[in-house]
Amino acid sequence: MILLLMPVIQIILFGFAMSTEVKNTKVVVLANQADEVTRQLIERIDASQYFEIAVIAHNSGDVDNAFRDGTAKLAIIFENGFSKKLTHEGKAHIQLIADATDPNAATSFVFYAGNIINSYQQELMPVQSAAGLIQPEVKMLYNPQMISAYNFVPGVLGMIMLLICAMMTSIAIVREKEMGTMEILLVSPMKPIYTMLSKIAPYFVLSVINFATIMLLSVYVLHVPVAGSFISLVLVSLLYIFVSLALGLLISTITSTQLAAMFISGMGLMLPVMLLSGMIFPIENMPGILRFISNFVPARWYIDAVKTIMIKGLSITEVGTDVAVLSVMAVLLVIASVKKFKVRLE
Amino acid sequence: MNEIIKPSVEKVIVTENLTKKFGHFTAVDHISFEVKRGEIFGFLGANGAGKTTAMRMLCGLSKPTSGNGTVAGFDILKQSEMVKKNIGYMSQKFSLYDDLKVWENIELFGGIYGMTDSEIKLKTDELMAKLNFENERNSLVKSLPLGFKQKLAFSVSIFHTPKVVFLDEPTGGVDPITRRKFWELIYEAAASGITVFVTTHYMDEAEYCNRVSIMVDGRIEALDSPANLKEQYNARNMDGVFQQLARKAKRIDA
Repeated sequence: MILLLMPVIQIILFGFAMSTEVKNTKVVVLANQADEVTRQLIERIDASQYFEIAVIAHNSGDVDNAFRDGTAKLAIIFENGFSKKLTHEGKAHIQLIADATDPNAATSFVFYAGNIINSYQQELMPVQSAAGLIQPEVKMLYNPQMISAYNFVPGVLGMIMLLICAMMTSIAIVREKEMGTMEILLVSPMKPIYTMLSKIAPYFVLSVINFATIMLLSVYVLHVPVAGSFISLVLVSLLYIFVSLALGLLISTITSTQLAAMFISGMGLMLPVMLLSGMIFPIENMPGILRFISNFVPARWYIDAVKTIMIKGLSITEVGTDVAVLSVMAVLLVIASVKKFKVRLE
Repeated sequence: MNEIIKPSVEKVIVTENLTKKFGHFTAVDHISFEVKRGEIFGFLGANGAGKTTAMRMLCGLSKPTSGNGTVAGFDILKQSEMVKKNIGYMSQKFSLYDDLKVWENIELFGGIYGMTDSEIKLKTDELMAKLNFENERNSLVKSLPLGFKQKLAFSVSIFHTPKVVFLDEPTGGVDPITRRKFWELIYEAAASGITVFVTTHYMDEAEYCNRVSIMVDGRIEALDSPANLKEQYNARNMDGVFQQLARKAKRIDA
């Protein structure tokens, strides 16, 4: 069954989710004086399959907010008196600001937006040589040097932590079941919860060390600064480690062999984390069903939170949704594994 | 040795109509028996007769559907934590940590049962001397031969001097001579006042027990000393007794 379904799932995943192409990217537009030209240009951008106007901003504060809470990845800002300058002076400025926490995506956004603007201006003034009339001015927000590490450090963090915690914990506990030592521990006066905690403890320590190593490497070797509050980052990470450990516990209670635990955490965690967390492929580009599934991948929320805190430099209050979702996941996972654990004892 | 001679003083295990159902399947069907202090109590039955389920209930690993029982004076329903403190357990899988050394295993389990470090150290030395294990003290458990491992597992299960030790098919897969040596350890433990509750497949082992119960389809069909059972069923050995009773089983090997 699994063998037959695997290729189907993979081809669908790689066909749809795995596209780095730009599709329906959310855009915020700021045009202080709306007129015929700006409106046409905005409509043109909205109509393309690449972009979707999400916010019409009234001032630069609105633009900031849109980036901050992630409602937009690209801002298009028309300078004051845009169409007047265009007709009178023959040139006008337009500013394109892209969220460069994902540098590849940002490059594509700017490229596609530039193309739309060019084609529009060629239609507008077909007679003249059009080049240089509308002058786009590009700004890469959060990551002006377009360092790709800005994108993959949060991703790697999200993946490593989940794998170390969940995979190793589940395998370690299942191993005891296989060896028969788990039974001995359960008959002993130690409460099962202490048994679990002591099995988890080493992996918790390991994960914290891993976290510290990744942070040191990314700050000092890859020069990815922690722009936001370091404490916020640590708090979110501890929450994420907890979620991952709980996930590992749950896996260990539903499997009885190391092989099964390995398979479930390998196939069941690694693929979704790599593909559906937004680590490599932007979630916005995925079809609805995959976007829906990605909501259940803890790494998705963690990676988003890390990007917001580490790269965008915002505090923990700005990632309320991520923290809330991760907390709910933690609680549900713990309840589920405790329930399962008891059932197994019966 | 006095302890064996007057075993009637204390009942260490008492069950009354102990029952366990899994859905419509009754794994253990109203079993009632008593085991006295220092007794070696054999718990026999074909695969699927309900031995392991019964034993798990007594160890506090599984809650009975109905009926009640006490182990070491504690109620298995309400005081399972106290029960656990006063029992030792050795499972049919050989179950010590393979990748720990002999002394590390002893220290770990001693610690789990709340023994002090000095107590553990003292008793470890004693145990090593008794088993002639001094040279193996620092060996990894996985490097030991099976017979050694089983002796060690048993010694660890009674290391904290429990009132009762539960042995779930402890001698699977070893030859008769090693088994005989293993039983010498069991006799020694019983002589020191530890009650031994043992399940087994081997009928020669059944002969070593003080009393034997034979389970068929979740019920106890016979319970007496091996000598009395042989007389009652007019059989030459325990195997004969077992064959007669097991033939009644309606359940197919589970």
